[in-house]
Amino acid sequence: MSHTAEPTTPLLHGILAEFAEPEALIAAIRKVRGQGYSKLEAYTPFPVEGLTDELGHKRTKIQWIILCGGLVGGLGGFGLQCWINLVAYPINYGGRPQFSWPAFMPVTFELTVLAAAFSAVVGMIVLNGLPQPYHPVFNVKEFDAASKDKFFLCVESGDAKFDVESVKSALKAAGATAVFEVED
Amino acid sequence: MSNSHDKHHEPQPPVLTGQHTYGSLSDKVASIPLDPKHSKGWIFGFLIAFSLFGLLHMAIGWVFFKGVGVWGITNPVGWGFDIINFVWWVGIGHAGTFISAILFLVKQQWRTSINRFAEAMTLFAVACAGLFPLLHMGRPWRAWWVFPYPNTMGLWPNFHSPLIWDVFAISTYATVSALFWYVGLIPDLATMRDKATFKPVKMIYAMLSMGWRGAASHWERHQMAYLLLAGMSTPLVLSVHTVVSFDFAMSLIPGWHTTVFPPYFVAGAIFSGFAMVLTLLIPIRKFYNLKDMITDKHIDNMAKITLATGWMVFYGYIIEAFMAWYSGNQFEGFMMLNRMSGPYAPFYWALILCNGIIPQLLWFKRVRLNMLFIWLISIVVNIGMWLERFVIIVTSLHRDFVPSAWDIYTPTKWDWATFLGTIGLFLTLIFLFIRVLPMVAGFEMKELLHHRKKHQ
Repeated sequence: MSHTAEPTTPLLHGILAEFAEPEALIAAIRKVRGQGYSKLEAYTPFPVEGLTDELGHKRTKIQWIILCGGLVGGLGGFGLQCWINLVAYPINYGGRPQFSWPAFMPVTFELTVLAAAFSAVVGMIVLNGLPQPYHPVFNVKEFDAASKDKFFLCVESGDAKFDVESVKSALKAAGATAVFEVED
Repeated sequence: MSNSHDKHHEPQPPVLTGQHTYGSLSDKVASIPLDPKHSKGWIFGFLIAFSLFGLLHMAIGWVFFKGVGVWGITNPVGWGFDIINFVWWVGIGHAGTFISAILFLVKQQWRTSINRFAEAMTLFAVACAGLFPLLHMGRPWRAWWVFPYPNTMGLWPNFHSPLIWDVFAISTYATVSALFWYVGLIPDLATMRDKATFKPVKMIYAMLSMGWRGAASHWERHQMAYLLLAGMSTPLVLSVHTVVSFDFAMSLIPGWHTTVFPPYFVAGAIFSGFAMVLTLLIPIRKFYNLKDMITDKHIDNMAKITLATGWMVFYGYIIEAFMAWYSGNQFEGFMMLNRMSGPYAPFYWALILCNGIIPQLLWFKRVRLNMLFIWLISIVVNIGMWLERFVIIVTSLHRDFVPSAWDIYTPTKWDWATFLGTIGLFLTLIFLFIRVLPMVAGFEMKELLHHRKKHQ
């Protein structure tokens, strides 16, 4: 059994274009999207504001994961303390009410933050698909600069309009300082 | 000097000087850990720190072998050096979170070049702090009894106790600080991976960076997570020293049972933390030639925060004395008189000198720009804040209600060895950190540079 679906083009992840400044990258994204390409990803050495909107990607929803994490931590922490003091191990501390909720607030708060922080970090890592030791873009030697001082735009081969030569020329026309084929 | 800019509300404060490009910032930040040679100064400093760390092993070994009786703690003063040092170290950590979270939320650009280092300092300070309550338990191998877990004894912790709140506050603080620090580090670890040439080193950075490639959607999630972590860390850091102060304020001991404690402790924590950042960064920026990233403006700002928080702390001292008189409570009144004129009076007046009087020199711009002066003042503040905890703990406990229970507390050489040992642990970790991880947040510096370019 062969797994190769359509051996028409050499297996490419996409075409990678290099830019020197984030402004040039954004200008190129606008041009390329204007020509109808839609499967795009950009790689930058630092966060560039509004880049996901330019690329037409959906905004992240990680904040809801963090909110849920915080709620679980807070309610869980408060519930645990109530259960311990009311059910599991009720002790009379100097005649104070068993359900002395103000005393439970510090731990409830700390556990809210703890769980929310874990959801933030784990959520970010998992939604980003990390850890991911291999990714096709790393096959391009020059991609090392994406963590230093260069900005990259990748038109991925899954794009409906994808054609190696026309993508290359579109990217060059959009101001790319260099264009690379990314092997899959 | 760039300080003439301050008065005219220049939109771009000179928090990054020199002719930098994205590439040069990367190079500069990564060159320190990637330098294959250890400088003589680093080796010298590391050896001193590591020897003190050895002392810690010895001190802890002896405490494990003989028990906490080797310390000077006695009957009225059951909390001696261990709790003094615990509070001192936790306080030091607060500046790191203040810089990385609070200054981030209020968009202070000058935090960018110092936040990574300050956060590392937080982690190491909290690690040192955590040792003391553990050792003070006497049976540290049962430390996990403080956590709620189902056990065959059917026992649960007492959630009405500030000491249990403290367990949760400190462990949450340590964990969240580590997470926040790591999230900030991931992109820089990727830079280190791409810069490293020696294969094993490259592989280690590659694993730590988890294959970060700087994709736009990744950055968006990263930034959202970072922002929310900063938002959570802000109340967290305020809660931590508040809870630490509850350890005292919730008790009935004269000198402890006061409502001014939480804000006064938080201010003191930030005060001592900034002093420690100054103590460490002034030599480091000189030694590693980082003056164009950690500029005089940074030192100036940190000195101003030290001065401001110093006054908040001083206000706490004034209120403590005032309330001791105004409350009309004879035990409170006696406690204050004893503090000012009793056997530990020299410590009290030394603390007023160190925290209240000497930092007033920071009002003068010439002092704030003289690195030697400011470095010495920061050390004085560190000592002053240690004395503050000594005075609060020892003078309140050693003469409380019944004169027959009074006694004098004297630390032993093992107290000192444990304390010096934790300074060794702290400095050892700092020395290792600057040699293996980028101590300036590279990607944030590039973002700052981009921001500056855009507004020129």
